[in-house]
Amino acid sequence: MRTWRGWGKRLQAGISDETRDRQLGDELETIVDMHIDEYLRSGMTRDEARRKALIEVGGLEQVRQAVRDDRGFPQLEGWARDAKYAVRTLLRTPGFSIVAIAVMAIGIGASVALFTVVRSVVLRPLPFPRSDRLVALYSQDDRSKPDLENNVSSGDFYDWQKASHGYEQIAIWRWTGYNMSGSAGELPEFLNAGTCSWNLFSTLGASSALGRLFTPDDDHTGAGSAVILSWSFFARRFNADPGILGKPIRLNSRNYTVIGVLPAWFRFPDPKIQLWVPWQVSESANAVSSHFIHNAHVVARLNASASPTAALQEINAVEYGLYAQLRGAGSMEQGVIAKPLLEDMVGGVKQPLYVLLAAVVCLLLIACLNLSNLLVARSAARRREMAIRSALGSGRLSLIRQQLTESILICLIGGALGLLLAVGATKWLIRHWTELPRGYDIHPDGLAIGFALAITLLAGVLAALLPAISSTDATVLAALKEGSRGIGGSLGGASLRKALLTAEVALTVVLLIAAGLLFKSFLRLRTVDLGCTTRNVLAMTYFLRGDQYSKPEKIVNFDTELLDKVRHLPGVEAAGLTNVVPGGGYYGDREIWVPEHPAESPGEHHFVAYRTADPGYFSVIGIPLLRGRFFSDDELLEHDKFVIVNQELVRQYFPSEDPLGKHLRVPWRTPQAENYEIIGVVANSSYELGKPPRPMMWFPILAGIPGNSGDSVLVVRSGRDVTPLTLPIQRLIASLDANLPVKNVLTMEQIVGQSTANSSFSATLVLSFAGFSLLLAAVGLYGVLAYLVTQRTGEIGIRMALGAKRERVLRLVLFDGLRPALLGLVIGIAASRAVTRLIGSVLYGTSPLDPSVFLSVVATLLISATGACLLPAWRAAQIDPMRALRAD
Amino acid sequence: MGNRNEVWLGTLSLMVLRTLATMGRQHGYGLARRIEQISGDRLSVNYGTLYPALLKLEQDGSIRSEWGVSDTNRKARFYKLTPDGRKHLERETRDWNETAAILERFLSPAEEA
Repeated sequence: MRTWRGWGKRLQAGISDETRDRQLGDELETIVDMHIDEYLRSGMTRDEARRKALIEVGGLEQVRQAVRDDRGFPQLEGWARDAKYAVRTLLRTPGFSIVAIAVMAIGIGASVALFTVVRSVVLRPLPFPRSDRLVALYSQDDRSKPDLENNVSSGDFYDWQKASHGYEQIAIWRWTGYNMSGSAGELPEFLNAGTCSWNLFSTLGASSALGRLFTPDDDHTGAGSAVILSWSFFARRFNADPGILGKPIRLNSRNYTVIGVLPAWFRFPDPKIQLWVPWQVSESANAVSSHFIHNAHVVARLNASASPTAALQEINAVEYGLYAQLRGAGSMEQGVIAKPLLEDMVGGVKQPLYVLLAAVVCLLLIACLNLSNLLVARSAARRREMAIRSALGSGRLSLIRQQLTESILICLIGGALGLLLAVGATKWLIRHWTELPRGYDIHPDGLAIGFALAITLLAGVLAALLPAISSTDATVLAALKEGSRGIGGSLGGASLRKALLTAEVALTVVLLIAAGLLFKSFLRLRTVDLGCTTRNVLAMTYFLRGDQYSKPEKIVNFDTELLDKVRHLPGVEAAGLTNVVPGGGYYGDREIWVPEHPAESPGEHHFVAYRTADPGYFSVIGIPLLRGRFFSDDELLEHDKFVIVNQELVRQYFPSEDPLGKHLRVPWRTPQAENYEIIGVVANSSYELGKPPRPMMWFPILAGIPGNSGDSVLVVRSGRDVTPLTLPIQRLIASLDANLPVKNVLTMEQIVGQSTANSSFSATLVLSFAGFSLLLAAVGLYGVLAYLVTQRTGEIGIRMALGAKRERVLRLVLFDGLRPALLGLVIGIAASRAVTRLIGSVLYGTSPLDPSVFLSVVATLLISATGACLLPAWRAAQIDPMRALRAD
Repeated sequence: MGNRNEVWLGTLSLMVLRTLATMGRQHGYGLARRIEQISGDRLSVNYGTLYPALLKLEQDGSIRSEWGVSDTNRKARFYKLTPDGRKHLERETRDWNETAAILERFLSPAEEA
């Protein structure tokens, strides 16, 4: 009751503020007068009486302030007044304000952008119902490769599915691709596609947007061919016309009936997938039942009541049973591991993302320190203003509040600009970070905006607290006594600023070192030798599939005719065929045996990466022949039992014997292994930049085996720039088969660029953060030192008048500025030694303690710090002692 | 005036109410003086404390104020107890006596057998 009435009165009081204040003034005047009367009665003079009365009352203004603080809503009014005052102060020094706001905008913008990405990619759950119960299952062998998860074979999957009770559903899928023939004058195109067991969508919890999804009837060998389209493909190729439902489309020159369309939000596992085909329709009957072809991903949904460990145990037992039973016949894994599906999709980018986030938080911290520094410098200049205001009746708290308001205002404006910046930066990140999973899912949400607001306020408070507390401390009245000649300056403020600078420099050093390491690692990767020519070499991919290329002769005819025509094109020096060029990826492997060697113990299996080549390929791409010979022109079709191997294979399998004339037993042409004679040894080439060499073997592509020889990369070398050749070659291919799509038309340099894109991306980003913080630190150093020099003008003048040399003054000021920089450098290097270990795993060929990086960071920092200090020092040395002494 | 105690926090409003109850309406100066006098000059009243306390009492409805003319013919603001304030005073006095009695038991020398 009482409180409510009180609030009412307070509200009233707040409104009729001015009248009440005037009345209070009158009242206090009366009281002073009454005191005066009393002193007069005791015989004092009027002046003395008035003086004593004022002391007695204790300062009219203080009493009025005490009453004001207790009336109305003092907090609210105070903040409003402070905000008004802060705006005025900021407008009075536009240079300072613009710099401070820009610094905060960049710091906040970068943090919010990165946070948005981390939140959307790593933290936000997948868009499926109860997505926390979804797991990815992999085979795994504790004994031989404990850290390596292996893809699952279809045979294992069906056995798991039969035995499991803990998982509500288990589904299998893998990437595949189809040539889609054009109809009605449309271009043929290659489509990235998925093939999955019928229950993949129900396992994930997705339903169709149009039509229906797969049923068990669609998913068995020999079933009528059904296909489900992704929404983006449906919209792009068929103008989102539902009339396509029930109609056939031609994939690999075979008809598939469109039975449904997935909703637009369904982009699992990647938006590149355009359509889905049932597992048993896409895979051969042999592959569906095989336990040895490890090529698929498995997704499972945990039963609502099942424990994750028990569910996994059950499958592990099945897998171990299979291992015990089949290990002699082919490669088997002993166990199964489960990972949360989200972790499986984004686990690879977690670390780089967190490194980047840490870098921007460092940047934000540096921006805060810089703002703090600027405020300290200013609060030192405003010491006397503070002192006067305090003498006039401002409490310490209200002085601190005033500075806090100013800093928060700067941060709010900076934060608003930063939010705009973040929107742009996020878009830029998505466009340029091509390998970021769930990139399509990235958009700022409420949490990101809340985060922005929170760090804005935090930054504001953080930046203002130190200077505010230090400038309003108890010694404030001393500032008034210091008089006009501030010789010696406020040493307290200066040492605080130096401490801030030290922290700033230390953080900058950490960022610079991290950036330097990432950059060096990128350069290393960039200059790695693939083991082949990359200049003026063009590669393009086509897949000969479907009924049209079901006979070996047809594949061989197409390839030889194409090679013949391309070699006759003007500008072409040489042309060859393979299935994958160096730097193009691992592709796949097959199990091998060496018939000349004693039999391996059961359970021992060796896998070697396979490639194909025509007789001319190695000379086109520039992989040198070490021994033996290349394929000859008559080694084609059935006459194909020859193989070329690389040095690494010889090192591992024929360490002390001549491999030529020996054989490899490989299931290549048929699922049964056959002997292939080793006719040549070539030098090592990398399948991926930065990866150690692996054993490889090449089979004749002109064997024309459907499925094996149909995947072709045409490699063309020219004496000059190779890009003008792309069109004539594509026209040649179209003249041979108008329905054959060509994809990945790339120069070798582009292929190398793609495989370093990610590391170049993060190196560039961190480097730009580091560069920016170096700039901030330099500006901070310069600002503080320039300010100190202005403050010490009088002192320096006296020193010079007393005979100090200009060099001495120069050195004095220079070292004054360099000392915090050096201290920061030492702290930063010590911190870096710990921090860089964390990024050790993303570095290639670069030690986390790489001395050249550390040294160049030290040099860069010293040069910039000296540069930043030199100007104020030089200015100090130019001080005219007479003028300095006369100033103030 | 030497080392006089500042008024203890929270007790000032009770003193103000009591003073107004016994003396009728009073202005700020009179109140301050009266409180100091009753304390036997052992207390000193600071206007920076008194005025916020008066304001609070007025906002709570325990006192009312109006302009009037003092004995020395000066225009001054007079404070007066309201019926609410009288009840408030009675309650506060009871509470205070209670507290004092309890403390008395604690602080008086123990009479142990």
